[in-house]
Amino acid sequence: MKALTFKGGVHPLHKLHEGKPLAQNAALKEYAAATVVLPMSQHIGAPCTPCVEVGDEVLMGQVVGTPGGFVSAPIHASVSGKVVAVEPRPHLSGKDVMAVVIENDFRDALDPSVKPKGTVDSLSAEEIRQIILDAGIVGMGGAAFPTHVKYALKPDQKADYLILNGAECEPYLTSDHRTMIETPERVVEGARLLLKASGAPVCKIGIENNKPDAIKAIREAAKPYKDIEVVELMTKYPQGGEKQLIKAVTGREVPRGGLPIAAGCIVSNVSTAAATADAVLKGLPLVKRAVTVTGAVNTPCNLVLRFGTSYEDAINQAGGFKGDPKKVISGGPMMGFAVNRLDIPVTKGTSGLTVFSAAEDVETKESNCIRCGRCVSVCPIGLQPFKLDAASRKKDVEVLKQCDVMSCINCGCCTYVCPAKRNLAQNIALGKGVYTQATKKK
Amino acid sequence: MNQSLRVSASPHVRDARSTTKVMLDVIIALVPAGVVGVVAFGMQALVLILAAVAACLLTELICQKAVKRTVTISDLSAVVTGILIAYNMPHTAEWWQVVIVSAFSIAVCKQLFGGIGCNFVNPALIARVVAQISWPMSVSTFYLDGVSGATPLTVMKGGAMPEQSILDMFLGTNMPGCIGEISALALLVGGVYLVVRGVIKINTPVAYVATVAVFVAIYGACTGRDVLNYTLAQVLGGGLMLGAIFMATDYVTAPMTGKGQIIFGVGCGLLTSVIRLFGGYPEGVSYSILIMNIVTPLIDKWTAPRIYGTVKEVKQNG
Repeated sequence: MKALTFKGGVHPLHKLHEGKPLAQNAALKEYAAATVVLPMSQHIGAPCTPCVEVGDEVLMGQVVGTPGGFVSAPIHASVSGKVVAVEPRPHLSGKDVMAVVIENDFRDALDPSVKPKGTVDSLSAEEIRQIILDAGIVGMGGAAFPTHVKYALKPDQKADYLILNGAECEPYLTSDHRTMIETPERVVEGARLLLKASGAPVCKIGIENNKPDAIKAIREAAKPYKDIEVVELMTKYPQGGEKQLIKAVTGREVPRGGLPIAAGCIVSNVSTAAATADAVLKGLPLVKRAVTVTGAVNTPCNLVLRFGTSYEDAINQAGGFKGDPKKVISGGPMMGFAVNRLDIPVTKGTSGLTVFSAAEDVETKESNCIRCGRCVSVCPIGLQPFKLDAASRKKDVEVLKQCDVMSCINCGCCTYVCPAKRNLAQNIALGKGVYTQATKKK
Repeated sequence: MNQSLRVSASPHVRDARSTTKVMLDVIIALVPAGVVGVVAFGMQALVLILAAVAACLLTELICQKAVKRTVTISDLSAVVTGILIAYNMPHTAEWWQVVIVSAFSIAVCKQLFGGIGCNFVNPALIARVVAQISWPMSVSTFYLDGVSGATPLTVMKGGAMPEQSILDMFLGTNMPGCIGEISALALLVGGVYLVVRGVIKINTPVAYVATVAVFVAIYGACTGRDVLNYTLAQVLGGGLMLGAIFMATDYVTAPMTGKGQIIFGVGCGLLTSVIRLFGGYPEGVSYSILIMNIVTPLIDKWTAPRIYGTVKEVKQNG
């Protein structure tokens, strides 16, 4: 079958390490840090409220933060041990965020609530959604949107497809890849559970064709289930973007400004599915995840890290920095956030840490747009980035509206290809702010 | 906080292509035509090319210094403009004529509008037109081996067929004309290089040349000429190849989308044919492209890509 895809996009991996992610062949390795810092905000939505106090002994899987609203997800102790602090700590957002700090006793003593909850057949859709909520599961592709919210459909909504995202299009990152080839049964069991929770008739698992081993492993594991199908996707960034994935797999488009369900689709990451399987079949809430630590580190690897592990601990587990680091990115090189401190903890949305040496981190200088049109041809949304860039700089709300600035998914393809090295995506992101402010005033 | 870590917005990787590299590719692609020109017309051709390039670079430098802008001559765009200006001149033009039009083109057509990327018409073509208006005789009279000769287009304008063979026109042998336009083969080699390197798409050149060919063939058939030879002579015997491959594909002044580029090429082709066959000039490439340059914003507006999710009816049961 021909690999499916969308219009536009780029191939950044070709420029990096001859197209092979450094950590591709490194098997997943468990690691638990001596101290974990659990921020009360690890998801999109209302932050949690700490429900433990300094001095409390906590068990792995015990709730330490209760959700602050419907769009929220509880936070659980990722190790067993003693709470040594409940105070604001550094966070990826750049602000200090309330956190529960636990000193690990390395016993991994489980909370009594950690026990099997049932199977796909024994549980109702409603029960599965409740388990997902209780387990604190959020989208693990990076956005960290609470999963139970996504599956709680309104009466007028209907899912025709459940799509699992195994594209992992972000160059360098291989955590989903390793999860798929090492534990395909978790992904497929998760797919069955999410399928039931969604009420959709069919689940399609989209995987880029540069991961033939993952395609094979998942296909094998999904063989007994007629309603689960693996779809081969073309290797192209941003193939794993929600809108691009839906287009590639179903041919449908999410209406402008709408959610995937408006196109009859629910999209979750393969790692989210695996976490769902753990939550239901083992009763283990979301306390750890696969994280790729790669780039200019001595041993690029894929680690299964407890939440709250500092970036520094994670990088040390990868053999430490190789040479002097110039940039540390939470996530991959296309959409990740550059950070300037290493005491930030790994949270539910941390899919990887990418380190650049001075040689890899190319500082660029902007020059005039030469209207080459490359940004237009790669934009997966069909926008005209050069125009939005100019309008953003001029704060021209009229043009921002006309050219639909709010449809930008901030994938960065335009900036990546721009020969004039203009910071298109960055300025368009600022333009979104300008537009939102201007329309709010009215 | 770690001061040595650099923080910037995503994406953190960039494609290797830069404006300078694009311009360098265009310069490389222009080399074969220049070599043919120098071989055919002698060192005077090389002097003019160098004079034009030097004048363009110097003008850009002076303009940017004068208004305290960042000097960007290292992006090589002025070199490309200089080469194209010289390629559009006969080798018998005076060096100072070339210098004046080069300076005019960079100062008025490019820098006054804000520098690279901001001009709305092709600077090299403006230079060509300024020269044609200022010194109509000296830039439209062509010599070959010291003897004044009419270009194939001029001969055909008079109703006859040119003395050069189609092969001459293809190779650029025994051809009077502008320095860079005489060899279709050399220009095609450069064009193929640009397409292979991904600098230009074939849309505009193909649409442009094909439109001229079809229009001229129909005209030839209606006026009872040898259609094949007449058409080939029209396509190969003037500035069409140079214009279609190197001037109509200018990023700044031509449409961005593939569809837009085809419309642009067809428009150029129609205008060129009309000027050549029914107008006062034997050649119409420069004016055609300049006119289409002005229409470019409109074409870009018509051919803007459809934005994802803007189709109203989403199939719910597909």
